[in-house]
Amino acid sequence: MAESAAGRGLWRDAGRRLRANRGARAALVLLGVVALVALLAPLISPWAFDSLDWRHLAQPPGLAGAHWFGTDRLGRDLFVRTLHGVRLSLLISLLASAISVGIGLAWGAIAGFAGGRTEGAMMRFVDVLYSLPYLFIVIILSTVIGRGSIAVLLLAIAAVGWLTTARIVHGQTLQLKRREFIEAARATGVPTAGILVRHILPNLAGTVVVYAMLTVPQMILFESFLSFLGLGVQEPYASLGNLINAGAQEMESAPWMLLVPAAFLVLLLACLNLLGDGLRDALDPREH
Amino acid sequence: MLSYALRRTAVAVPTLLVVISLSFLLQRLAPGGPFDQEQTLTPAVRANLDRVYGLDQPLAVQYAHYLGALARGDFGPSLSQRDFTVSELIGQGLPLSATLGLAAVLLAILVGIPAGIAAALARGGGSDYALTALAALGIALPTFVTGPALALVFGLHLHWLPVAGWERGAPRYLVLPVVTLALPVAAYLARLTRASLLEVLRTNYVRSARARGLGASRVLWHHALRPALLPAVSYLGPAVAFVVTGSLVIETVFGLPGSGRYLVQGAIDRDYPLVLGMVIVYAALTLACNLAADLVYGWLDPGARRG
Repeated sequence: MAESAAGRGLWRDAGRRLRANRGARAALVLLGVVALVALLAPLISPWAFDSLDWRHLAQPPGLAGAHWFGTDRLGRDLFVRTLHGVRLSLLISLLASAISVGIGLAWGAIAGFAGGRTEGAMMRFVDVLYSLPYLFIVIILSTVIGRGSIAVLLLAIAAVGWLTTARIVHGQTLQLKRREFIEAARATGVPTAGILVRHILPNLAGTVVVYAMLTVPQMILFESFLSFLGLGVQEPYASLGNLINAGAQEMESAPWMLLVPAAFLVLLLACLNLLGDGLRDALDPREH
Repeated sequence: MLSYALRRTAVAVPTLLVVISLSFLLQRLAPGGPFDQEQTLTPAVRANLDRVYGLDQPLAVQYAHYLGALARGDFGPSLSQRDFTVSELIGQGLPLSATLGLAAVLLAILVGIPAGIAAALARGGGSDYALTALAALGIALPTFVTGPALALVFGLHLHWLPVAGWERGAPRYLVLPVVTLALPVAAYLARLTRASLLEVLRTNYVRSARARGLGASRVLWHHALRPALLPAVSYLGPAVAFVVTGSLVIETVFGLPGSGRYLVQGAIDRDYPLVLGMVIVYAALTLACNLAADLVYGWLDPGARRG
């Protein structure tokens, strides 16, 4: 747990440890390159994500027509579409992680700090949702609200992502609130909300940052999983999930349509997980 | 043991009730009613239809009817497949999905746990590194990537196994789906078993068993293995949930006519009764498996029964 007196020193130490971690550093550089290329894809390639090139249908990767990663059956450029997918996946997963970590933080901290019946009811609710496969909740939401809009997708995956954060934050808050400095704050008459904001939340920061980082690849997985099943991002928009689905259907004649987006997905997941693990080791060196 | 079993059951039943109630409420709150597709109905006809289906009753009465129907296994008619009830569709798909899931869990146990034990015993050696790396890969890769990739290699290139399809249950059609589904579970089980066996092998009672002169295999089988398997057992509950979700992908990838595909198609068609019926069935299955895993855990670890 973060020593309260360490303050800035903790973060500086963590930064130093993170920089010393070769795997995390490589992952960060690789992620940066992929994200940069994904942002600049419209400038690099002459093709748009939905433009059709009738002279190069189902073209294998190569230099012909500037389709470096090939094209799909409709002649759409796979380089641009894959990077659009990467961009969408990163955007959705970052937003969804922020939302779900925010909910989880508030839920866990309030439950842990409130105690008593409120705590019991709040954590029981988490248990109930936790015992169901997350995908069901998302499927029910997308059945009821309808699918296709990115806002719904975001809502659906954020709605299930916060449970683990809530549990972890709850546990940490329980430990924190028995500490002397909280008692001191209470004794000097700091109001409950003030204690929560000024004393509990800053001490949860390390855990939450690590958890947020580890949530991002989870969210990428959720998003591509749903899009793969046809419940997420819809054609003509590209996401890694629906590109992999389209590629799986064409893998006999055009295996690159499967392999290119799959490789990018695996790359993203591997980098994000390495980075998350590195961050965890950096912020909590005692446990590992 | 009995009171432990009762306490665990007492947790599972309300959870299922919450799921059922939520799905009932969502069904009623969702925009659009069952008669919306027809031409505009006169108020009298509309009132008659509502009366026949009990939609004019208070919500509490409707809820009681819904629970009663559920208890009889009646989930209502499917909205997208007009000639079938939801129960018929579930009945058609569930046996295949259950076979798939059961085979995958069994395969994962048979491969994952021995692999974890082997890795722990060969600690630091080449086979330990190889197994650990393989497990990391198996955990990291999502099923919708490994499924098509396996089909590409073993189906299209090597021609060992069919790429997709069903053919009335010929076992060769199930090999790739089961392996794909089992892979991440086996990998996770291997990692858990390795870590926990290494921990148990460091404990004092294992050391004293060795000090009494017991052979390595006797120490392993009689002293170390049972406590070392506890994390793997407690993972089996979540593993079932994982396999259930995974089967949605697997059935889509390999073109299997299981209930997972009905669920996905139902969600795409916004067929509320079908989706909610499936979710309730799957939730009940998942909760039952979680309960079973809890009970096995309690049987293996007397300490857990008190908690």
